[in-house]
Amino acid sequence: MQQFDSHQGVVAPLDRANVDTDLIIPKQFLKSIRRTGFGPNLFDSLRYLDEGAIGQDNDRRPRNPDFVLNKPEYSSASILLARENFGCGSSREHAPWALLDFGIRCVIAPSFADIFYNNSFKNGLLPIVLDDEEVAELFIAVKSAPGLELAVDLAAQTVIDNDNQRTYRFSIDEFRKNCLLDGLDEIGLTLKSSAAIKAFEARQRASSPWLYPEQSA
Amino acid sequence: MAKTLYDKLWDSHLVEQRADGSALIYIDRHLIHEVTSPQAFEGLRLAGRAPWRVDANLSMPDHNVSTDRAERAQGMAGIVDPTSRVQVETLASNVQAYDIPGFSMDDPRQGIVHVVGPEQGATLPGMTVVCGDSHTSTHGALGALAHGIGTSEVEHVLATQCLVQQKMQNMLVWVEGSLPVGVSAKDLVLAIIGRIGTAGATGYAIEFAGPAVRELSIEGRMTVCNMAIEAGARAGLVAVDQKTIDYVRGRPMAPTGQMWDKAEVAWRELVSDPGAEFDRRVDLDASALKPQVTWGNSPELVLPVDENVPDPAQESDPAKRESMQRALEYMGLEPGQAISDIQIDRVFIGSCTNSRLEDLRAAASIVAGHHVADSVKQALVVPGSGTVKQQAEAEGLDSIFSAAGFEWREPGCSMCLAMNADKLGPGEHCASTSNRNFEGRQGFGGRTHLVSPSMAAAAAIHGHFVNLQNHSEA
Repeated sequence: MQQFDSHQGVVAPLDRANVDTDLIIPKQFLKSIRRTGFGPNLFDSLRYLDEGAIGQDNDRRPRNPDFVLNKPEYSSASILLARENFGCGSSREHAPWALLDFGIRCVIAPSFADIFYNNSFKNGLLPIVLDDEEVAELFIAVKSAPGLELAVDLAAQTVIDNDNQRTYRFSIDEFRKNCLLDGLDEIGLTLKSSAAIKAFEARQRASSPWLYPEQSA
Repeated sequence: MAKTLYDKLWDSHLVEQRADGSALIYIDRHLIHEVTSPQAFEGLRLAGRAPWRVDANLSMPDHNVSTDRAERAQGMAGIVDPTSRVQVETLASNVQAYDIPGFSMDDPRQGIVHVVGPEQGATLPGMTVVCGDSHTSTHGALGALAHGIGTSEVEHVLATQCLVQQKMQNMLVWVEGSLPVGVSAKDLVLAIIGRIGTAGATGYAIEFAGPAVRELSIEGRMTVCNMAIEAGARAGLVAVDQKTIDYVRGRPMAPTGQMWDKAEVAWRELVSDPGAEFDRRVDLDASALKPQVTWGNSPELVLPVDENVPDPAQESDPAKRESMQRALEYMGLEPGQAISDIQIDRVFIGSCTNSRLEDLRAAASIVAGHHVADSVKQALVVPGSGTVKQQAEAEGLDSIFSAAGFEWREPGCSMCLAMNADKLGPGEHCASTSNRNFEGRQGFGGRTHLVSPSMAAAAAIHGHFVNLQNHSEA
């Protein structure tokens, strides 16, 4: 998994609540059987004015000039700022893949949907929860100074706005933090508990044998 | 200490509690479909890992399959879109390579994973059930702990039969009273989402309980649990009762004989203990409910059918006002417009929310003796599985739908998310029994109104929404 320790970059304001994963990456692009290549179609229905299709030349499509990521000052954005319940809806991991493929490493919002939040960590995309007032303050800061950069430090659990001399602290659970900092292979980690898994199966097989049909037959 | 149903399911699957607060949870059933699994199998292959326990998996294609009878009869070649075909073929080759059981596209038992799992007895009370699909919450209707996962976790479950989890909080949604005639499980869950909001249960497992939930059939409970995720809850649950036991008995993969007796005793314990504490409780009265219709681009934007589209000018919170305005613009609706005046272009009866036999019966009872309105371009009925389709045909429901001008299709996810050819055109309004009205969900620029099967059927006949409670068809 892609490791994450600290990151500094331009923050793009996506002033919208309940950004669902259908919006992040529409279904027609889920037909790919790869993990990469989703970036050009990130927020497809917001970025382009026509209907997107898989395998299209996106440079020839009409762009929506009003969409934040199409504005020149945000073309190199690597941090996304959004409102509450970011990533709701479908469990598609294509959503964090698309964000990463575009170049986004962090999403800052007052809240995230559970599945998206979890999927992000598996891929080295850091979702940061700040409270409503802090997010509102950041929206004001970035809108008054487009191109604003933020510095994210995962170990210190801080987001720093140097221009405005503001430091925001965020919380994160220890397991996820360590996995990201070390870029750990979670499966490899779980397989270290193989003996415990096998012991569990032995207990369950005895107490609930119907869950092991080859034995119940 | 008194435990909730969720606590019991969590405790009975705990492999290892770690000092950092995470826990290793054992997974009894892993359902696999073609959209979220290819990268997981590739990861497994690249790491040189084998599935931990092959027989805990069950696979089937559902999202990309054609629901057109002639195309379906051609098998793989009948999937016109080559990218869809590659995805279905990739699933077939992956499950063959790893010897994973399941139903191929031409198996008569194939269907939407969340319809087929319970129907085949592949998901049972007390199990932990996961799938790379957020509507896995459906299976909680059987008293199973079931939730959606991402593709990395699909790979994790394949490789280890476990997931690293943080325990959720407990929410109780208690529903008093009885649902009035013409008001269904779908209306109930839409009303719940309208009440608590689309993020109202984020971080929680919801247990649905109370007299109105007990009165629901297992299929109705599946409809309710299916949409728990639309309120932000990864898992929805209903405690086991006699209906659960009766539903599971005799299913192809359910235990039999002495094994059944043993299982039944264990399953009857799958209820929240008296006095168990919930972190949050929400109360509703079912008898006050009316048929529900969503008018916006999030499931929480829902109203009773006899009300009017809200006016953003009345909203004091500027952020909410702006998002309401955006929703109305996308949906092509005017503030104050009567919900019943919304004209419908297409009707979709199907999806993992509402494609079971009971749903099709409810819709057919409205449709019988009537015809789809001339203004409606297309009305689809897509059974949730081959088994549902056979049962419905045995009862003659297909003839009722066909005579009324509906298209009777082959099983699959279909227009719920339009990964196959079934989709809305830009600006078209759809009365849909599915679960999400997100922008573009059913097709680029499409406008989805989530409703119950009866409401969708009535909208097809009248060309606009009607209050079933005032109509003779109900």
